[in-house]
Amino acid sequence: MHTIWVITKRELQSFFDSLIAYIMLILFLGFSGFFTWLYGSDIFLVGQASLEGFFGIAFWTLFFFIPALTMRLLAEEKKTGTIEMLLTKAVTDRQVVMGKFLSTFLLIAVALVFTLPYPITVANIGNLDIGQVVCGYIGLLLLSGAYVSIGLYASSITNNQIVAFLTALFIGLFLQLIFDVLAGNFTGLIGQILNTISLSNHFESISRGVMDTRDLIYFFSIIFAGLFLSELSLTKRNLE
Amino acid sequence: MDIQIENLSKRYGPQKAVDQLSFQVKTGEILGFLGPNGAGKSTTMKMITGYIGIGGGEVRIGDKSVQEHGDELRKHIGYLPENNPLYLDMPVIDYLRFCADLQGVQKEKIEERIRLMVRMCGLNTEKHKKIGELSKGFRQRVGLAQAMIHDPEILILDEPTTGLDPNQIVEIRKLIRELGKEKTVILSTHILPEVEATCDRILIINKGKIVANGTAESLRKQATGQEILKLRIEDGTTDQILHELRRISSVDMVELMDRNLNRFELQSRTGASSKREVFKLCVQKGWILTELIPIETRLEDIFRNLTTN
Repeated sequence: MHTIWVITKRELQSFFDSLIAYIMLILFLGFSGFFTWLYGSDIFLVGQASLEGFFGIAFWTLFFFIPALTMRLLAEEKKTGTIEMLLTKAVTDRQVVMGKFLSTFLLIAVALVFTLPYPITVANIGNLDIGQVVCGYIGLLLLSGAYVSIGLYASSITNNQIVAFLTALFIGLFLQLIFDVLAGNFTGLIGQILNTISLSNHFESISRGVMDTRDLIYFFSIIFAGLFLSELSLTKRNLE
Repeated sequence: MDIQIENLSKRYGPQKAVDQLSFQVKTGEILGFLGPNGAGKSTTMKMITGYIGIGGGEVRIGDKSVQEHGDELRKHIGYLPENNPLYLDMPVIDYLRFCADLQGVQKEKIEERIRLMVRMCGLNTEKHKKIGELSKGFRQRVGLAQAMIHDPEILILDEPTTGLDPNQIVEIRKLIRELGKEKTVILSTHILPEVEATCDRILIINKGKIVANGTAESLRKQATGQEILKLRIEDGTTDQILHELRRISSVDMVELMDRNLNRFELQSRTGASSKREVFKLCVQKGWILTELIPIETRLEDIFRNLTTN
């Protein structure tokens, strides 16, 4: 556990040293704040004390931002060769993967903490459904976990950061949009399967305030699969 | 901790990078690993450190197999990879602390170890700079410092002195010699005098196979079959000298190198020496022997001989 934390700490430091963290925080807060309060179907237009608008925006901003954060995690180390230095220390492949996952996940959690003034403000001007807001935040965290783990995997299969970014976005696009759209065109079993594997479906049901174990299982399986595959592609060097 | 390597092999596609390599390194021994580019030096080192899987055979460190106990053994290994990869965005001190943390150095001892490494590797003036701002030589020192930070029993150094200035090379060699007294060290290099200066034993590999294994002395002995002397003899006519030299019983052949200066190159028969006979001859004839230089086979020649066919 200590080892994982050492790696997490280094990654977080690297996020903040390279300004990536600040840019990400500012953009995320600016973007979600702008659309929640000022533009489009913002709170004042809708006229309801609800954060559904914010969750909808965060849903899309995170989808774009997370691959940009995860793309360098392993790809850069592979390119510069530091991965060799890291993996020949007293660490396992799993600890490296977990450490890197945790660092990005924590950074996004911090970004979400900074949005807490939104629900506090809204709760002051109207009757806010606290349960729904809590569920919404949990949904965003689960979604972030899923995309970080997918991004980590994309970063583990290449040593080019752009390729890692696009791969993560490509996989994400299916979960975020394409499965959902396709599900509308099919009926019966195929439609049902597409509905089940569409991430946006599960996110919507959580952010509406319904905590279903099926949704939790869905997100945790994606996180687990991403981490497992990342570890596998690191370990693959032993077999070549 | 001893390192024992038995029938170690590794393939990259159809090409055998390492082919049935077997050798051992004992505690307190410095092994110089020599070979032309692509001979399999780095691949072997990567297998010993557990970075890449072992293709065939076995690596045992202190009686434990690297394949089974890799995670545990890595605590005892200090490794400087080829090209010395480092996190360029980290300050030197932070980087060393990170490495010490990962290698499980006790919390109370980390600062002390860092101070020691900074002093040993001459990093004091640069310790707060980011690694990316350092010159190549200083980066190499950081690479050495991170390899030694947890006081490992085994040091594996892939070309440790590249990019260092001559003063630093001498210092680092001295450091490695010091460390080698109680640790097990394997170092690879292209620089042949370096091997002679630092290593107890030399291992030359070519195309994944061992072609020579022994001390610099024993390699020389193997390679020099016949004694070769360079001579310069004055006060005699060239042809007469040539004729008389050829009559010495231990002489295999004599070649005239320079007629004006009376320089000769003399090769003795296998196992025989002609130095005394040459001297006696000159005394007898009243010639002056102004030069007598035994030609030592240089390590370079041995290396070239062993690796070029």
